[in-house]
Amino acid sequence: MNAIIISALMGVLLMFTSIATKNKQVINNIALVALLFLLICNIADTYNWWSIKVDTKNMFVFTKFGYFFNSIAIATTLVFVALSGNDIIKIGNYAAEYFVLIFFVLCGIAILSSFNNLLMMFLGIEIMSIPLYILTGADKKNLKSNEAALKYFLMGSFSTGILLMGIALLYGTNGSFDIQQVMPSQELIKHAPLLEVIGLVLIFSAMLFKISAAPFHFWAPDVYDGSPSVFSSFMMTIVKAAGFIALINLFFYKAESLAHLWRILLFVVIITTLVIGNITAVFQQSVKRMMAYSSIAQAGFMLFALYATNDTAKEGILFYAAAYSLATIGIFAVLARMDDYTLEGYNGLAKTQPMLAFVNAVCLLSLAGIPLTAGFFAKYYMLAAVIKTGSTIGIVLTIIGVLFAAVSAYYYFRVIQAMYFKEGNSKVDNVTPSFKYALLVLAVLVIFFGISPDTLISWFYF
Amino acid sequence: MPVQYYIYLALALFSIGIIGVLTRRNAIIVFMCVELMLNAVNLLLVAFSKVHYGAAYLTNKTTDAGIDGQLFVFFIMVVAAAEVSVGLAIIVMLFRNTRSVDINFLNRLKN
Repeated sequence: MNAIIISALMGVLLMFTSIATKNKQVINNIALVALLFLLICNIADTYNWWSIKVDTKNMFVFTKFGYFFNSIAIATTLVFVALSGNDIIKIGNYAAEYFVLIFFVLCGIAILSSFNNLLMMFLGIEIMSIPLYILTGADKKNLKSNEAALKYFLMGSFSTGILLMGIALLYGTNGSFDIQQVMPSQELIKHAPLLEVIGLVLIFSAMLFKISAAPFHFWAPDVYDGSPSVFSSFMMTIVKAAGFIALINLFFYKAESLAHLWRILLFVVIITTLVIGNITAVFQQSVKRMMAYSSIAQAGFMLFALYATNDTAKEGILFYAAAYSLATIGIFAVLARMDDYTLEGYNGLAKTQPMLAFVNAVCLLSLAGIPLTAGFFAKYYMLAAVIKTGSTIGIVLTIIGVLFAAVSAYYYFRVIQAMYFKEGNSKVDNVTPSFKYALLVLAVLVIFFGISPDTLISWFYF
Repeated sequence: MPVQYYIYLALALFSIGIIGVLTRRNAIIVFMCVELMLNAVNLLLVAFSKVHYGAAYLTNKTTDAGIDGQLFVFFIMVVAAAEVSVGLAIIVMLFRNTRSVDINFLNRLKN
């Protein structure tokens, strides 16, 4: 409960901070301290040192899994603000509100990681999404940002409508919003009323919207491309991972009983997501847009966890969320300060800014899943989880996954090639020493998790 | 009145909303269609709530079954209001910059 309450409180607190001070740097630092405090509170909650007790009437169930994901989400947000805080405060005239909205998003994420009731799931998704609509349109004078905000808003509220319809139909057949009662078991699904099946499919497709999996991905490239770079990095990483956690909370335990139907549906979704994400990313000239498509492709990989639904998948999705978030945040921290987002803009970055080019290369290698980086073990856990299910479709899926990981290596390496082997003078604005060191720490983290992934995973069991 | 009528009405409203979102070109009208979808869900929830109450009432005269459905409706209304405030702000922002609220404007990012 700590994470939910304190993140909301911190948000309100920061809102008042902007009355007290006009100094943007101060607000940035306060946000950092508040995030650190939030992280500590959540960890205290995990180990029962100190927690706010609220009788939630069984609407929340707090598990190790949820707590641990919260910690990952808050910690990656901390890294994100530490790296990109200076870009956030540059977007508008008033800095505090962006941090406030980030805290509210974290509140929604905390709800999504522990809900036990469809009402709470709906509220969590909305608390997470509504601040994001604002963040997407934060750059008010920029037409691209406006367009992205409107598109994201219309698509988001449309998917909310579909989600609500699914919930209403499930309520109609079960008379309850409780997850344990609503999710049908095996006997039920054979004779389930049509309304119930339609309801499940509607909820599932609305969630696919939120995690930008095909065939509901079409808003994602435009929105990620149009919104200010700092916020698209936030949306692509932490928010998307939260969508997966919500899906896992919703379907994980009952998926085993729906197995045959569920797995065929997911098989189709995963294949289309991988194909569309990877193949389209190959043809992009803008690195930002390429990252948008690559995030769709990565969503395809994360869906492997939902397909497998075993303990390896559960560990794997947490590790994947951390590895993918760190790498993408690193790439976007550099991208947000580049003059030119296109591939040509990256030409010769290794000559002008060797440190930035190195960190970028490490992060890109991690996304491609090259050994010695965190991304390798993230993909490894996903594939291992699917192989553990032991079905033939699972093997086929693994082979296709590996093939598309190879395709993804092509477009990630194109950026590395541009940085190291092409002539050009790419420009990066205001690179301070502290920014460089923060980036270096991030690269070290990515490599460290790639060498000993157990350090992260084992926390899950303590 | 049988509950089927409510279900048909709600599904009809919901479909009108979906078709409106997919076909109309004016941002405000698209937005209204989204609201129509949400309200169709509200109607459906209230109808189902009444059904569950009626079913439980036969065995237990002091039942409170079905109350959560009506509670959900309030939450949907609150969230819809929050969405309206953000959505209208976004549309106004767009109008200030382009002097139009046409969705066709949204194709510009693709190039």
